[in-house]
Amino acid sequence: MARMIGAEMFFETLIHEGIDVVFGLPGGYVLKVYDVMPKYADRIKHVLARHEQGATHMADGYARASGKPGVVLCTSGPAATNTVTGIATAQMDSSPIVVFTGQVPLPYLGSDAFQEADHIGITRPCTKHNYLVRRTIDLPRAMKEAFYIAGTGRPSPVLVDMPKDVLLGEDELVIPESVSLRGYKPPKKGHPGQIKRAVEMMLAAKKPLIFGGGGLIWSEATPELIEFAHRLQVPVTSTLMGLGAYPPDDPLFISMLGMHGSYAANMAVHDSDLVISIGARFDDRATGGNFEKFAPNAKIVHIDIDPATIDKNIVVHCPIVGDAKEVLKQILELLPAKIKTDRKEWLGQIKEWQKKHPLTYNQNGDKILTSYVIDTLSKITDGEAIIVSDVGQHQMWVAQYYKFKYPRTHITSGGLGTMGFGFPAAMGAKFARPDKLVVSVCGDGSFQMNFQELATAVENKMDLKILLLNNGHHGMVRQWQTMFYDRNYSASKFEVLPDFVKLAESFGAKGLKAKRPEDLEATLKEGLSTDGVVLMEIFVDCEELVYPMIAPGGAMNEMILGASDVA
Amino acid sequence: MRHTITLLVDNESGVLSRIAGLFSARGFNIESLNVAETLDPETSRITLVTSGDDFIIQQIIKRFNNMVNVIKVSDLSDEVRVEREMVLVRVEAKEGNRAEILRTADIFRAKVVDVGLKSYTFELTGDKDKITAFIELLQPMGIKEIARTGTVAMKRETKLQKRGEEK
Ligand SMILES: Cc1ncc(C[n+]2csc(CCOP(=O)(O)OP(=O)(O)O)c2C)c(N)n1
Repeated sequence: MARMIGAEMFFETLIHEGIDVVFGLPGGYVLKVYDVMPKYADRIKHVLARHEQGATHMADGYARASGKPGVVLCTSGPAATNTVTGIATAQMDSSPIVVFTGQVPLPYLGSDAFQEADHIGITRPCTKHNYLVRRTIDLPRAMKEAFYIAGTGRPSPVLVDMPKDVLLGEDELVIPESVSLRGYKPPKKGHPGQIKRAVEMMLAAKKPLIFGGGGLIWSEATPELIEFAHRLQVPVTSTLMGLGAYPPDDPLFISMLGMHGSYAANMAVHDSDLVISIGARFDDRATGGNFEKFAPNAKIVHIDIDPATIDKNIVVHCPIVGDAKEVLKQILELLPAKIKTDRKEWLGQIKEWQKKHPLTYNQNGDKILTSYVIDTLSKITDGEAIIVSDVGQHQMWVAQYYKFKYPRTHITSGGLGTMGFGFPAAMGAKFARPDKLVVSVCGDGSFQMNFQELATAVENKMDLKILLLNNGHHGMVRQWQTMFYDRNYSASKFEVLPDFVKLAESFGAKGLKAKRPEDLEATLKEGLSTDGVVLMEIFVDCEELVYPMIAPGGAMNEMILGASDVA
Repeated sequence: MRHTITLLVDNESGVLSRIAGLFSARGFNIESLNVAETLDPETSRITLVTSGDDFIIQQIIKRFNNMVNVIKVSDLSDEVRVEREMVLVRVEAKEGNRAEILRTADIFRAKVVDVGLKSYTFELTGDKDKITAFIELLQPMGIKEIARTGTVAMKRETKLQKRGEEK
């Protein structure tokens, strides 16, 4: 066995785990790792972020686009605390990232040494697990376990804290071949008895509905899901995180549900007699938040890898703990090739709802509507791009108007709703899928939270498109003020905004802008077909509101459909 | 309802704060918490007593089960079990009440572990109610200090007895 220092073990273990890119930023206690880094540069690419939050979102975007864990490397104290928002973001959307932080030498631990912070304590509530490595020889084992825990069961972030003396210490490199943890046995297959019961419920239901979530994407269950929906002839709706798991043009697909979900999807949930939830956690944005009024006539089958999500928000009639893909396979084994029940009435009813209130917009004035921008983007790219949205109104319009054809092409911060996520996450996605067109769709507010990463994008000669929707406001805040706070527009308008095109140019990127509806299409086409980092600034109407909307605490059938419904 | 939960966990630093953190994140109180090594020095046994509705306790147990360092979780609340707690009580001993204090202690079969000119210190084990009753009786005589361990609990082998019978 080779003897080496901890910093070298760090890279040897990463390579052993198949990692080829690390997003990071150096500093005192992790400098030895950076010192040995050039030796490994041909096998591991280091992307120098400009802020550790940016690095963490990049790793998260990488994980979401590839399905493989994203890796962050940074120093102690302020660097580690900068990663917290990114870790919590990944945690809420079940994204597997592994964050490596430098730490003060063990003898200094707890002494308020320079740049010391309690990384383990600070990240405990937002990681699945975390490690403080105490001996050099233990580093590879901790890393191996960290990747295993992050990537199995419900994917989640894990942090590994590496004191400086552990990184400098020398020992034998021992990378364990397998991981065995007494307290961690992630489930895979569902309980056969429960599966049988669920199938009976499915065959007996008159108005069943699939409620798909992000778990479908993490478990790569799309083929099984399509087969299942077709065989059972059951309509499919999706949470924000589930978009892309089911083909949008399939007649059984009825778009997103929830706070800004489609009329048809929300009415269908309200009216259904069986909700088949797969890889979704009944989050309040998806259910309207009023759990008592949710699907009042329905029995609920809940398929989820995480037993703690069962009965958390909604009382479930048939829980199945397991991986979505495995459980769907088990269900398909029991489900007849052709069901006897006639679904004409139920599917007909859904068609009617779709016709009655389709998702539409009316681009007639001389101000550009964001819905029109997203619809145009969807048409130009034909659903072939990876779209990474930020947080706000534009995020909801992306979910409503972009037709996501494939899993892992819609990336957004759903659970934590982290502004500033989108742009760095789009960079991570591009590193994961260099073959794909990646578009970062941002609001002017969100982009201002992490635009320093433009430097990183240009430095890495990325081919990345930024669609910046400038409405001069924190648009979603303004929408709530319009609807629920008597139009008291307190602190939602930006008095000063940069010239985003000049800003992009100052970083060495290309900038374009469009102010009138007739210029939109040409600007998008030009921007998307220009190589390199391109920022397209589109000036949009701040008066446009996202509809439909379920007001907080409302039932799924109590939607505000348009301006005339607002008091 | 009051719940007595036992956990078998890895004997590592940080495990206890993970467990306690679950409670603080939800704003719940832990009535008592007890930890010590088991026969196997790699693991510790935790006894935790808390109150909450069944729904919330179920959630907490599921979250415990999700923790990498937690090997086994049991809610003993509906089980036939032995529950014990130990207390050390130092009571002011004045001229007139030394005998009465000793008599009271004798009724509870408390052991004298320290005698001084001004105080007695007793050791008592029993279930929570017995400990509480002992403390209440000594209170008027002037308790100077107490130290309670909190509950430790174990499932009984025999299922014949009904819950609470051992009191
Ligand atoms: C880090 C963070 N801070 C604050 C918020 C609250 N918030 C939600 S949406 C929003 C406004 C978003 O504005 P913008 O990015 O311009 O997008 P728009 O709504 O205009 O499309 C704010 C401030 C948040 N989600 N995240």
